[in-house]
Amino acid sequence: MKLIQKIGILLFLVGIGTFTLIPFLGSYQLDKKTVLENTKDIHQEKMSEVLEPMYGEVYNSNFGFISAFKTNFNNYNDGLKEQSLWDQVIWDDYSFPLAKAALSSPVKENPWLFLMLSIGLAAIGGLLYNLPKHRDEPAGVKNNGVFHSAMKNRGWMGMITGAYLILFYIILYWFPAYIVNLVSMVDPVSMILSGNPASQWFLYGLIYTLAILVMGIRMFRKYRGNRYQQLRTASVMFFQTAFAFLIPEILVLFNQPYFDFKNIWPLDYDFFYDYQIDTFLSAGGVGMFMLIWGILLIIIGVPVFTYFFGKRWYCSWVCGCGGLAETVGDPYRQLSDKSLKAWKYERVIIHSVLVLAVVMTLLTIVNYFSGFSLLGNVTNQLHSFYGFAIGSAFAGVVGTGFYPFMGNRVWCRFGCPLAAYLGLVQRFKSRFRITTNGGQCISCGNCSTYCEMGIDVRWYAQRGQNIVRSSCVGCGVCSSVCPRGVLKLENNSEEGRINELPIIIGNDSIKLNA
Amino acid sequence: MKSNRHVVIIGNGISGVTCARQLRKLDDQVNITLISGESKYFFSRTALMYIFMGHMKFEHTQPYEPWFWEKNRIDLKEAWVSSVDFDLKVISFQSGENMAYDDLVIATGSKPNKFGWPGQDLIGVQGLYSKQDLESMEALTSQGVGRAVIVGGGLIGIEMAEMLAYKKIPVTFLVRETGFWNNILPKEESDLVGRHIREHHIDLRLEEELEEIISDENGRVRAVQTKSGDKIPCQFVGLTAGVSPNIEFLKNTPLNINRGVKVDLQFKTNLPNVYAIGDCAEFLEIPAADRKPIEQVWYTGRMHGETLAYTLAGKPTTYRPGIWFNSAKFLDIEYQTYGTVPATWDEENCNSFYWEHESGKVSFRMLLSKKGEILGVNNFGFRLRHEFFDKAIKEKWNGEKVVSNLAKANFDPEFFAPYNIEIQKAFNSQFGTSIQLEKRSFIQKLFGASV
Repeated sequence: MKLIQKIGILLFLVGIGTFTLIPFLGSYQLDKKTVLENTKDIHQEKMSEVLEPMYGEVYNSNFGFISAFKTNFNNYNDGLKEQSLWDQVIWDDYSFPLAKAALSSPVKENPWLFLMLSIGLAAIGGLLYNLPKHRDEPAGVKNNGVFHSAMKNRGWMGMITGAYLILFYIILYWFPAYIVNLVSMVDPVSMILSGNPASQWFLYGLIYTLAILVMGIRMFRKYRGNRYQQLRTASVMFFQTAFAFLIPEILVLFNQPYFDFKNIWPLDYDFFYDYQIDTFLSAGGVGMFMLIWGILLIIIGVPVFTYFFGKRWYCSWVCGCGGLAETVGDPYRQLSDKSLKAWKYERVIIHSVLVLAVVMTLLTIVNYFSGFSLLGNVTNQLHSFYGFAIGSAFAGVVGTGFYPFMGNRVWCRFGCPLAAYLGLVQRFKSRFRITTNGGQCISCGNCSTYCEMGIDVRWYAQRGQNIVRSSCVGCGVCSSVCPRGVLKLENNSEEGRINELPIIIGNDSIKLNA
Repeated sequence: MKSNRHVVIIGNGISGVTCARQLRKLDDQVNITLISGESKYFFSRTALMYIFMGHMKFEHTQPYEPWFWEKNRIDLKEAWVSSVDFDLKVISFQSGENMAYDDLVIATGSKPNKFGWPGQDLIGVQGLYSKQDLESMEALTSQGVGRAVIVGGGLIGIEMAEMLAYKKIPVTFLVRETGFWNNILPKEESDLVGRHIREHHIDLRLEEELEEIISDENGRVRAVQTKSGDKIPCQFVGLTAGVSPNIEFLKNTPLNINRGVKVDLQFKTNLPNVYAIGDCAEFLEIPAADRKPIEQVWYTGRMHGETLAYTLAGKPTTYRPGIWFNSAKFLDIEYQTYGTVPATWDEENCNSFYWEHESGKVSFRMLLSKKGEILGVNNFGFRLRHEFFDKAIKEKWNGEKVVSNLAKANFDPEFFAPYNIEIQKAFNSQFGTSIQLEKRSFIQKLFGASV
């Protein structure tokens, strides 16, 4: 390893270390004014009363503050619950805004400095490590040592990375009050972009985008000489930075609804939720455009683009989840399970999620138009179940946290309802397929091993059969790693797409079908 | 033919496995047993190098999951065969067990050649063919190897060089000929690969032969003495001067063997109910003018197995190979060939068209008859479609037709450089033709793909 790469790793580790330590800095002090400013009108009186014992106290850690908050808050709520006074129970969780407001820490005072020392150093370190990669080597497949690596083959480094990611997601989704320091740190960036202070989602979006960019650079190095890989990497980098990160924030700056123009229902599962629809309808022409745009993508964009290009147009060129999987997740693509059994589970699970998302959305829409007379608040409970189980636990914790254990496309393969929808179109009405080059396959297994979606590509290639599978995201890596030039991603006429070619061209003794 | 007869196949390489699978498709009743001492489950021999280099684990090289064999009722017997009693139709294993057969298929493959070099059996000296060879190589190169020497410039030699380079072991590559693999490749292609070998810092020494392998006090290789008098200190020696049929255990039996097991074009040996396919079979007469009596390629092995399965299923079928094809990968450069392109040809009967990209890593050769009909192509550094050339060569297209349709032959991924246009320009200028140059596709223009 070159010196500059060693420095890169060191900076990266220092950055991650700082990032991890930051939540423990500073102290928390609550007063009545803060409580009044950060609670809803209807709760102001009660909350300021409930939290009174905390006023004036200085808490030296997030744990101390949050535990005191919980004690007071839960005392109040539990008392009401025991008496079944459900309408007086406060269901809102104020721990995050109050912790953020009560915080005073060096991070809050010097956000730019700490931002540089944590996320900044990690990103710079990542770049220093990635940029010189493969510099002295000719262009070609760069999979040397993948299965000898502690990071890429479920070794100790992979275990630590996975555990860290899982922990991060759990805190982010369910315990954000513990990381108000980190959120305060990115406040000034958020103010510049949207004019608003940051939420934990802004922090997440910033890290997510930087991760895609830094690891996208790694892809450029790794796939030097392979224009397909480079172009689609550039594409996901662009869509994440512009469409998923910057444009929604800037929309907010101009008092428009926060909207990601490339996110499509049912991946964007709350698109038809009542509060979303209300937002669109109350935002004038722009809101109406967003609503119509979103619907057009679902009913026209997905089928038409998928017909012409396969689902890859979205999954490995545009999608944010796909973008992370293809960049940050690329080192783990070989860990996906290729067994027939895994495929069986995959089909059941992913289509169940699709059905769940569709049913939930239909109920929501019907309920909305019936003025909530049909189901009342039942849809809300359905929403919170889906949000918890699918939106957070599956897509986030498992989807990304499990990269180092089960490969980089766990969510896309087993869970994403949009991938299921795209997949149905790809399987039954599309011009896309992966063709195999006559009889040139040597069954080596590189294609199957590096298929992130767990498709046993070799099964088809060795019998000269085109690969037409609903799950294929068209990343093109099977074609890149094939040592015999056997696989090619193609859009072509539907005729002969699902083929029954002779097993091998070149044997005139017999003609037989796969 | 009794329906519950027992077909025993010795060897679970590509030939034996294809034969077993195909036979099961054609005959639901027959009992099939696949024997191998090397590995219980079929794996891709050509992928051994990728295990060494950490691209894959051994299980990734197995094309079928374990349930596949049970589902298709192909019994797997993990054992080494010691002898065969052709009269009693019984196989004896080294373990002392026996197995009776009705039909026997010998598909035992090859073993690396050793030409009686002094020191060829020292510790640290080996070929690379089997799973056991791989394990041995992993053990021998795990530490203490300051330099390795590879003897013999073929496909396995360059694979071994690449493997050792992965471990950062400096490699000296002794090739007897004047160019790498130049008994197969024409000079330009051979030079192209030679340059690429050196680009990978492999010390390629042409026209250099092994004289002796020198031992240290523990019986391990210490150095290699070359014919030119050079003494190269090294701790590992790869012997890759070809392979020969692995039929030791069949010597001194009624079976007719020469270098391999002698078979006719239906893979029948001189004994009834005994067949041989793949690397270990030697044809009594060559199957086609451009073929050799022993075919040692993955693809031919597969065709042998496929064809014999028909005969075994009661549909006697003669082996008739079609248009030749092959492929390989030399470090980072892919190679494909379709039809006949020998290392040298008679200028009286053939015209050669050769184009090479200025990078020196991409090339295309087409050999034409004097009538201008395509005989074969070699392509390096880019991919061409098998189906296209199988048809073009079979139908004897003239070179102009082939070159003007090159876009259809392209098998490179999308957005790759449009080499076909450069090839068309070069063809026009060499033969004075006026082939209409293909246009770059919209996408290629959009993303600036150029050669």
